[in-house]
Amino acid sequence: MISQVFILSSKGDHLIYKDFRGEAGKDAVNKFYEMVTALTGGQPPVVMKHKELHFVHIRQGGLYWVATTKADASPFTIIEFLNRLTALVKDYCGCLSEKSVQMNFALIYELLDEVVDFGYIQTTSTDILKNFIQTEAVSSKPFSLFDLSNVGLFGADTQQNKVAPSAAATRPIVSSQGEQGGKNEIFVDVIERMSVVIGANGVLMKADIEGEIRVKCYMPSCSEMRIGLNEEFSIGKSQLSGYGAAVRVDECSFHQAVRLDEFDTYRILKVCPSQGEQTVMQYQLCDDLPTAPPFRLFPSIERDSGGRLLMYLKLRCDLPPKSLSQELSSPDQSAELQPKNKAVHWEIPRFPGGAQLSALFKLEVSGLSAASLQEVGPVSLNFELPKYTSTGLQIRFLRLSPIQPGPSQRWVRYVTHSDSYTIRI
Amino acid sequence: MPYLGDEHTVRELRRALSNPNVQADHLRYRNTIHRVIRVMSQGQDVSGLYSEMVKACATVDIVQKKLVYVFLCSYASLNPELSLLVINTLRKDCSDHNPMVRSLALRNMCNLRLPGLSQYVQQPLTVGLKDKAACVRRVAVLGWAKIHSLQPNTEMDVAVVNELYGLLRDPDPVVMVNCLRALEEILQEEGGVAINKPIAHHLLNRLKLCDVWGQSEVLAVLQRYRPRGEDELFDILSLLDPALLSHHAPVMAATLRLFLSLCSTLPAVCMSALERARGPLLAAAGSTSRELRYAALCHIQLLLRSEPGLLGEHYKRFFCGYAEPPYIKQNKMQVLVELVNDDNVAMVLDELRGYCTDVNTETSQTAINAIGSIGRSYTDRCLAILTGLLGLKQEHITSAVLQTLRDLVWVCPQCGDAVCSALEGWEDNLQDSQGRGALLWLLGVYGDRVTGAPYLLEDCIDGVRSEVSAEVKTELLTATLRLFLSRPAETQDMMGRLLVYCIEEEVDMCVRDQALLYYRLLHCGIEEVRQVLQGGRRSDPSLGPLIGRPPEPISQWASIFNTLEPLTLGASTVGNSDPVTPKLSTLTPNTLTSNAEAMTPTPGDPHLPDCSSGALSLSVSPALTPEEFERLWLQLEKGACLEVCVACPVPRCSPEGLQVALQLVNIQTLAFTPPNTHPWRVYLYTHTSHISTKTPHTLILAELLHTGGEGEKEEEEEGEEEGEREEEGEKEGEGEKEGEKEEEEEGEGEKEGEEEGDKEGEEEGDGEREKEKGLLVVMRQHPGDQTALRGFLSVLTTVLHTLSTHTACTYTA
Repeated sequence: MISQVFILSSKGDHLIYKDFRGEAGKDAVNKFYEMVTALTGGQPPVVMKHKELHFVHIRQGGLYWVATTKADASPFTIIEFLNRLTALVKDYCGCLSEKSVQMNFALIYELLDEVVDFGYIQTTSTDILKNFIQTEAVSSKPFSLFDLSNVGLFGADTQQNKVAPSAAATRPIVSSQGEQGGKNEIFVDVIERMSVVIGANGVLMKADIEGEIRVKCYMPSCSEMRIGLNEEFSIGKSQLSGYGAAVRVDECSFHQAVRLDEFDTYRILKVCPSQGEQTVMQYQLCDDLPTAPPFRLFPSIERDSGGRLLMYLKLRCDLPPKSLSQELSSPDQSAELQPKNKAVHWEIPRFPGGAQLSALFKLEVSGLSAASLQEVGPVSLNFELPKYTSTGLQIRFLRLSPIQPGPSQRWVRYVTHSDSYTIRI
Repeated sequence: MPYLGDEHTVRELRRALSNPNVQADHLRYRNTIHRVIRVMSQGQDVSGLYSEMVKACATVDIVQKKLVYVFLCSYASLNPELSLLVINTLRKDCSDHNPMVRSLALRNMCNLRLPGLSQYVQQPLTVGLKDKAACVRRVAVLGWAKIHSLQPNTEMDVAVVNELYGLLRDPDPVVMVNCLRALEEILQEEGGVAINKPIAHHLLNRLKLCDVWGQSEVLAVLQRYRPRGEDELFDILSLLDPALLSHHAPVMAATLRLFLSLCSTLPAVCMSALERARGPLLAAAGSTSRELRYAALCHIQLLLRSEPGLLGEHYKRFFCGYAEPPYIKQNKMQVLVELVNDDNVAMVLDELRGYCTDVNTETSQTAINAIGSIGRSYTDRCLAILTGLLGLKQEHITSAVLQTLRDLVWVCPQCGDAVCSALEGWEDNLQDSQGRGALLWLLGVYGDRVTGAPYLLEDCIDGVRSEVSAEVKTELLTATLRLFLSRPAETQDMMGRLLVYCIEEEVDMCVRDQALLYYRLLHCGIEEVRQVLQGGRRSDPSLGPLIGRPPEPISQWASIFNTLEPLTLGASTVGNSDPVTPKLSTLTPNTLTSNAEAMTPTPGDPHLPDCSSGALSLSVSPALTPEEFERLWLQLEKGACLEVCVACPVPRCSPEGLQVALQLVNIQTLAFTPPNTHPWRVYLYTHTSHISTKTPHTLILAELLHTGGEGEKEEEEEGEEEGEREEEGEKEGEGEKEGEKEEEEEGEGEKEGEEEGDKEGEEEGDGEREKEKGLLVVMRQHPGDQTALRGFLSVLTTVLHTLSTHTACTYTA
């Protein structure tokens, strides 16, 4: 059970404070901030203890989201709850930032009130919550003088069309106003995170993919959605795929609301998406990637006659050329030395598939010795590959039933992120 | 918004709230209330507006109501009288036709947390339990728990409790779970809600209807249910099985915990449950949320304690991401160390090697330490990496490597050669005192094999004036003396200079005393010095087996699985302010394995031995004064206390010998009786730090007691209160000199005498050594931790056995 929940800005300002059980005093907030800032080394560990009170916190959107508990609660539950809370706040307020939390504090209090009672999590489903949440979100965009006089609590437009409370009980939530105006939209995102280690000799040492299918639904009512995956999709190592481009993952798990009666034969997921964002499927693939890793690096590190460190990096993108538009064949790159991290930051806005880029860095390093060259590396890449999944997972179709009246828009997006893409030198 | 100060803001807000024009326009009114809440949540005190807000609560606007309730609940305890006015409004709302209004009113009525109001609240709550709308029932059920927590001592109405039990069958799953929660609190005295077979099976069958939060809560409650017979057990298990694979970490963890508790007698089932849950755990360890990753990693470390091979093939999952925060990296490395096997050692070491040059010094030090730990089993590979790292000439890396080498060489003497060749031609000047300490220790012990050792020491001796760390100075003294033994000609002169400086000019008493001691020791002749200082010990390979700990039974950690403890344990190692000495199976050899140390105990000296066996490490610092010892001993009389008889004769060696031997394993002796007195007693203490149990640090106080055969009889007649005696005996014990003690000791004897009597039969009755029957060990611990206590006991008995066998030989000879 949760004693208190509070949200602090990174500077320690109190944004939200809610005490559910009256067990601990409000000074816990300051105590927490003291403890958090006293520890060094990036982010301090997740759980801290002060007397009888445990602080569990996560960091999201530059804010501290803290839950305190006296009983020995499950860490997974509390952390997941805090994560879910941030997702809810994001769904309701549009984005997650100090400003949006500050502007929507009334909404967040209301959310907290419905989500947790007496320290027990009641529900976090947007379907149920939408019946209860009355306050409308304020997005930070519309800003008029009228707003300023009210310190920006309500957007001027939202105040006018406020409806009577009894009728409002069934009013749908307005999610993420900031994102787009269209109401009848549904997004299905296939998001993959790659973590790759490539050894100094160019050998792929590790390649993991963690993927998920995320549905973000803005439709007020949607009874059932059918998501068709590649028919040759297979799970587990045992299944030999014969020939052809089989899509294989090691492990796969589904949201509990997903019905899988057609999954085994047709690879169709059936789900009734609730409003807001949810993950319908998660999957993992280790080591055995169907394609080569997207980037290769050919480094050469040496010392020039003037005692400078020369780093010649040649980076090649091994994706098929079509995966990026051709128009940007001359990317405007930039590079910067970050003395604090002892790193060179090389930024490439666009990188067409099949292309190759190279860079030569000359660094003045005091006391450079032959041994120092060993210390150079590794190279870490951060990238986002749109319209690309490294497992090859595709969505064949997306069908809504019953057919939505009026124009509805369905979007399928693929993206691969680098969770950690390391190339040793 | 400009900051206007509390009073000004409050005054302004009050004016706005009581302005009839504002009140007439409900939007303006609501905005004003909004401002009040905003000011409140910024931490300002706006309790002065209570009466205005009470008025604002009578409205039809739900948003306004909610806002006002937020305010009222925060300040109700300051204004109990005014809150009475609110109750009327709330009670009226409780009969509103809109279920949302009803639930809102009911919830906030209980949230006011005013015990005085409970009489007004009970009636609406009773009605609420039977409400048509599920959301009202949910609130009403928890409302009873709130009422109970306000007046924990009053007996709950039996009718209500029965009603709550009835509501477990409510169609709404949240109501059901809330009933469980409420009953758990209300019936806490009786051990929580009674889970009989029908209830358990009802809960199990409805599990699927609950959301993830409800599921994990129900699973936690079900732990108390004990199925009758195997059939039922396996029915339950097969019902729960799919939940083990849930991709919601809370459900998976709760299910696994339930599995472990249900099958505590069936290790094979537990094992297969762990294997099933492996996938989801690994998934959680790779989750996008770093906090979840951390939680999963901490729990994986628990699992590995019992089943080291579980994740062997998945070691790549624990490779660190570039951008991961240091605390996750360090955790992953700790896991990697556990996962090493013949197949993956090359890859793991290669990976760890990459982290050694991490920009974050803590991370790189952890990596170096991790390589050192692996080096205990894969010595050659690790030595190659470690010595290679020295070539980088990076201050923090070199320091960490030296410490790691010192620890490694102590356990694996075979790597002495490699270490010596690494030290050959050493020319660095280290700034870090711990690194310098390690270097000096290595030079002292391996001085005969490192050609440049005297020159290196000479540099240090020349710079001893500017040396700030007392730790390094004592280390320097010992190293110099050791080197003198192996290479007298080169060392004599500088040793003289060092001793003169330390005796004449040094202000630190520990250093000075040690120098004096060595000086006097040298007077006794070189053979004496050799005997004391070298003791023939360069390493202690016998500690090797202690390090490879056997897999623990699952029950050791099952009780802390899915609690916050594994995470706080992780935090205590990661947040450790002293990054160079990670607590995980570090073994720092005693720098002074000599009698000399024993004669001038300097318990505060931080470089004192820090031995460990597996994850349990003992440490003598911080030191306890005799007074503190006594106080704690008495204080803990009622606390964690364990008396064990060990079948082990009184060591025949001198008290000093015993003290040294115990100090080697980091147990500090505070006081002892002279040999051959009866009863014979020794007082000991040590601090344990055990990374993987519930309590990371405990203090153990112990008394070793042996009552001789003759003393026994007389003492048994003196029937006196032992407590008293013990106390006195204790005091004397600390008073340190043996002579005074003898009278007091007799009282002690009787209790032990009895226990002795039981034991006597089991032991061989060798006539000659009749007196040395068994030793009674009385241990007191704070805070209690059985694992640590057991660990301590095993270390202690090992030492005693070693000593007694050793001395027995000399005795017969």
